[in-house]
Amino acid sequence: MSATATPTAPARTYAAYSAPLWKRWLLTRETAVIVLTAAVILYSLANVPNFDGPLTMKFLLQDIAPILLIALPMTLVIITGEIDLSVASIMGLSSVLLGVLHDAGMSIPTAALLALLAGLACGALNGFLIAYVGLPSLAVTIGTLALFRGIAVGLLGTTAITDFPDDWSSLATGTIGESRIPLVMIPFVVLAIGFVVLLHFSTFGRGVYEIGLNDEAAHFTGVNVARTKMVLFLLSGVVSALAGIYFTLRYGSARGDNATGYELQVIAAVLLGGVSIFGGRGRLHGVLAGVVLIGVISSALRLESVTVNVTNIIVGLLLVASVILPSVLGWAGSRLPRKASAAPAEPRPDKDAATADV
Amino acid sequence: MKFQKRRPTALAALLLTATFAFAGCGGDDSGDGGGSSAGGDGGGGDMSVTMLPKNLGNAYFDTSTDGAEKAADELGAEFEEVGPDTASPDAQVQYINTVAQQGKDALIISANDPDALCDAIDEARSADVKVVTFDADTNPDCRDLFINQATSEGIAAKQLELIADQIGGKGEIAILSASANATNQNSWIEMMEKELADNPDYADIELVDTVYGDDDDQKSFDQTEALLQNHPNLKGIISPTTVGIAAAARYLSDSSSKGKVALTGLGTPNQMREYVDNGTVTAFALWNPGDLGYLATYAAAALVNGDISGEEGDSFDAGDLGSFEVGADGVVLLGEPFTFDKDNIADFDF
Repeated sequence: MSATATPTAPARTYAAYSAPLWKRWLLTRETAVIVLTAAVILYSLANVPNFDGPLTMKFLLQDIAPILLIALPMTLVIITGEIDLSVASIMGLSSVLLGVLHDAGMSIPTAALLALLAGLACGALNGFLIAYVGLPSLAVTIGTLALFRGIAVGLLGTTAITDFPDDWSSLATGTIGESRIPLVMIPFVVLAIGFVVLLHFSTFGRGVYEIGLNDEAAHFTGVNVARTKMVLFLLSGVVSALAGIYFTLRYGSARGDNATGYELQVIAAVLLGGVSIFGGRGRLHGVLAGVVLIGVISSALRLESVTVNVTNIIVGLLLVASVILPSVLGWAGSRLPRKASAAPAEPRPDKDAATADV
Repeated sequence: MKFQKRRPTALAALLLTATFAFAGCGGDDSGDGGGSSAGGDGGGGDMSVTMLPKNLGNAYFDTSTDGAEKAADELGAEFEEVGPDTASPDAQVQYINTVAQQGKDALIISANDPDALCDAIDEARSADVKVVTFDADTNPDCRDLFINQATSEGIAAKQLELIADQIGGKGEIAILSASANATNQNSWIEMMEKELADNPDYADIELVDTVYGDDDDQKSFDQTEALLQNHPNLKGIISPTTVGIAAAARYLSDSSSKGKVALTGLGTPNQMREYVDNGTVTAFALWNPGDLGYLATYAAAALVNGDISGEEGDSFDAGDLGSFEVGADGVVLLGEPFTFDKDNIADFDF
């Protein structure tokens, strides 16, 4: 852990911090995704008919809102090296609960509160099995993916509940004042700030990274591994339920099969945003750019009347490339600059420290 | 393996940026190639129509799209079909939104949900898109027109007409329905019973039994067998459900009653082709989805051109199909059900 810097060295030689600040901020995976997203947006504005239209931003943000929401806790979950595949099923379940409870005569706020509690319970089940029983999250959440979806479809069957009050559905589809920004962005921004603080500016967040790098080591440095994971799955459950409520009100229908397959879109966006599937690495701004990137690509291709299959192929390729490229480039990079690094700029111990850091 | 870490990371980041940028351009380039013509047409002042079926890859909707495309060709309109992979309302909403963004002139849609799509359709209509539903309607107040494939009266009358024709106007008949509480089937059966009792043409026809196959292939098959055993003098079976008629035809084609007991009802050409070819079934009914798409496109064009406003009593011309009038609630009726028989079944693939 400790750097090998001698007391006389003026600059830090700890590899990760030896570059100038601007380099450390700009030459990152997150920057790459943000630049790419900006490039695709600019390209679409210039070349895709109607992409610059007044409705695009509203529909785009409305479409990606559930994914933006769930990507927040999902990022933290994946940084700990775990995964939550049950998020879309929790969305479906909260959607159905909202519908069923509203149909039974409850007001929307009461029904929504109960749906959120159900999401919390779903997250608690996942968290308990993973954090305290110690089962692998992949297996547990594949199981609960089927379980929660089964309950959702079982509650409603193949019917749909569609009679939601207009003032609530217009909250979900409305925009802030005269602007083109949907109202749902307000809770999202609040949550996003909360998650950024939690992950990047709190000891809890440092613990999250440490667990992803090495949970044994994290345990011995005083991180409560089980409690951290439990909290993350609870958050994942309750935010997914929130996304489910938004989804229901936006599309005006509560169905058991609502949001099927959303977990893949969320995970794709998180990985595209530079979070390592092995844990320990990733930042929220990259993930949010990843979500926007996928949303812009789908929106632009839909405007071009490209079929959904082609969109899936492109997003899939982008995802595979984003997982493979760092390894390939890392390998290629390790060959190329070897000669360059023979220059005396980098003292030898530096490299050992760098490796230890990995 | 120990290697210097920082530089490769920086290099990787740069290359990644470049590669992604190229990948992004590549994806968009291919999209642009396909879309530039659409953009050109849209700007040319021609009519642009988007067809949004319940889902893609469905032979029924492929047929209706073919019909719609034919009409669009005749009208000189730009035509395109989009749709989700699975028939869910939320997936359709995105396509409706896209049509609103593109500022298309008309949207022809088969709705996956009568209520859930209304918000999105309202938004499209406020962007001056004319919305015509076909096959499956939304609430009447959120679309301009609904092209109805057939009325219950028409379906009931057509099936009786077919069976009367096939059994020579007299004898015992039975009905093999879907489930005992199927709304559509029950209303047709009720109308058929009334017609049998009231219409002097059918005075010699006696409805001896109504059985339910629950739209389950095996159960429908078994019920057909039971019908034939319980009613040795049975001359004909009406099955107003596609599952029932196919199962009954399968039973009859292997039984000694083949050719002696007539079978008709509502079926699809692909399911029934074998039994029409081997003589088990003479004729059956359904609507023609091709005509449905064709009529929907002409109706959309009439709305866009301002020939009609969708009010009751408006009438418009629909090419080969002739002239149509808008009924109550903005419903346009395609006509009486279409009869499929040996001579025309080869023309259909759905």
